[in-house]
Amino acid sequence: MERNRQLLILLATALGVGILPVVVRNPFYLNVLNIVGLNGLMVVGLNLLIGYAGQISLGHAAFYGLGAYTSGILTASYGWSPWPAMGMAVGASSVVAYLVGVPTLRLRGHYLVMATLGFNVILNIVMVRWESMTGGPSGLASIPPLSIGEVRFDTDLKNYYLIWFFTMLSVAACVNLVDSRVGRALRAIHGSELAANTLGVNTARYKSVVFVLSAAMASLAGSLYAHYIGFISPRSFDIFFSIELVTMVIVGGMGNLWGALFGAAFLTPLPQVLHFFEEYKDILYGGILVVMLMFLPKGIGGSLGSWYHARRFRKILAQPR
Amino acid sequence: MSFQEQISQFLLSGLTTGSIYALVALGFCIIHNATGIVNFTQVDFITLGGMVMYSLLRLLGVGQLAAFPLAVGAVAMVGALVQRFTIQPSRSKEVIHLIFITIGVSIVLRGGIKQIWGKSSMALPHISGEEPLRLLGATVLPQSLWVLGITLLVVVGLHLFFTRTLTGKAMRATASNPLASNLMGVEANRMVMLSFALSGTLGAVAGVLITPITTLAYDVGIIIGLKGFAGAILGGYGNFFGAVLGGLLLGVLEALGAGLVSSAYKDVIAFVILLMVLFVRPAGILGRGEARRV
Repeated sequence: MERNRQLLILLATALGVGILPVVVRNPFYLNVLNIVGLNGLMVVGLNLLIGYAGQISLGHAAFYGLGAYTSGILTASYGWSPWPAMGMAVGASSVVAYLVGVPTLRLRGHYLVMATLGFNVILNIVMVRWESMTGGPSGLASIPPLSIGEVRFDTDLKNYYLIWFFTMLSVAACVNLVDSRVGRALRAIHGSELAANTLGVNTARYKSVVFVLSAAMASLAGSLYAHYIGFISPRSFDIFFSIELVTMVIVGGMGNLWGALFGAAFLTPLPQVLHFFEEYKDILYGGILVVMLMFLPKGIGGSLGSWYHARRFRKILAQPR
Repeated sequence: MSFQEQISQFLLSGLTTGSIYALVALGFCIIHNATGIVNFTQVDFITLGGMVMYSLLRLLGVGQLAAFPLAVGAVAMVGALVQRFTIQPSRSKEVIHLIFITIGVSIVLRGGIKQIWGKSSMALPHISGEEPLRLLGATVLPQSLWVLGITLLVVVGLHLFFTRTLTGKAMRATASNPLASNLMGVEANRMVMLSFALSGTLGAVAGVLITPITTLAYDVGIIIGLKGFAGAILGGYGNFFGAVLGGLLLGVLEALGAGLVSSAYKDVIAFVILLMVLFVRPAGILGRGEARRV
């Protein structure tokens, strides 16, 4: 029943995403939608980590960057073709995530926050300083687009379908995962790590699996970004972007897979909208974040969900017996 | 300069920055113990300390001696206000929400600082001149001695506060068991507010002391603050002695690394050390990690 409902929502969303470009023709808006898709891909994975495993990573921009730079360097400087480079990037990011996350995930508390934050700072500085490899602060250019057979993904529209294909695929995978043995284990961990442990759930292992999975998804998004834009620079991958990603998860609603997409759709264009307020944009962005967290702790997705359930409940109550 | 002189030079400058990290790490620890959260506004308390000091000295013409406590007091007030108007009334008490509220407030504070003091860097005068002294074969700025001395004073003062005064003991009681201490008549909210004021104090002291040596800009607190956080984790998060040790150690290792290995990667060194320590001893040097009562 629940599974069917989720599948229905998934199909409806996929249909909506599929026909949206018929209405949205403007390349600027398409570009925004593409970035929303990429952020959505990362946020869905991050949401698994935060909402289900109860761990915070402030370093996902680093995995995004690792994906983008591995893809970019292998294709632009070493002449690899894009798909294998992308596979290589995802593999490398997963290994790195394992090394960064596993020691600290054995513990409770805020150790993963610091480990990921530290990793992000390190990687960002390396991107700037290792000029011979990364192109330094001015970035890495002429990264070729992805292609399947004769089709080259070299326009905003083609990339829209490519990016959203991966985003919807990952949402579907996560919906499935949450409804499986792993998902139940994760929810048990979130409820009480101790109780889950005593019931035989290997909490450390599940937490690492989710962390590595979410890092791999971020890396995938990074590769897609590099091949889509064709140019990358260190500024897109700093800790502030990591913070923005987690903000999307929280604003969208932790532990709510659809909420994650809401969060990405709401916060991705927000800085551009706030640009009208020029020097006050930081204060407004921070202010919106604080007020939402203080008064809508379940996020947009969660609040919509409870509103829907409350309405349905009232309807059932109102039915004549 | 002989190798030995070089080493003592690095050690001294490492201890100076390390003291600053230690102060910031203590600020992180106090809030962690009181609320269980990571308070990212700590980062802006550092900047704010330097900025208020600048305005008092340069615009209002207050003397060094009076400006120092005034600047620190002002930031302590900001800390208390942050807690009173964002953390306390928040409807969710979940740790992750509270952490991200502090991140939001930090963005707002940084926006406000940029608005009031502008984006360009400024210079804060040293406390007592910039004539370098010779010490153990190394050249030291008098400011470094001020940093070391005042840090020592603050750490001892903090220790006495937490072990000898009723308020300090009440704060520790709240940290270890909010409900029980509440039943004993300790108001938990007041204690949490006080801990924000204290961490504001520590951040401001760090900012006032270090910005004459570095520079003063709206985002100067970020990297210092993150290294302070790293120091706190390195020592074992929540452990006061660990915070001081972690901060100092990070400062010294960073100075040695920057001097002997590569100064281009100076900011990387602190975090690499951190990741390496976490890899071997995830709970930090003095941390006990998983030990927890059920």
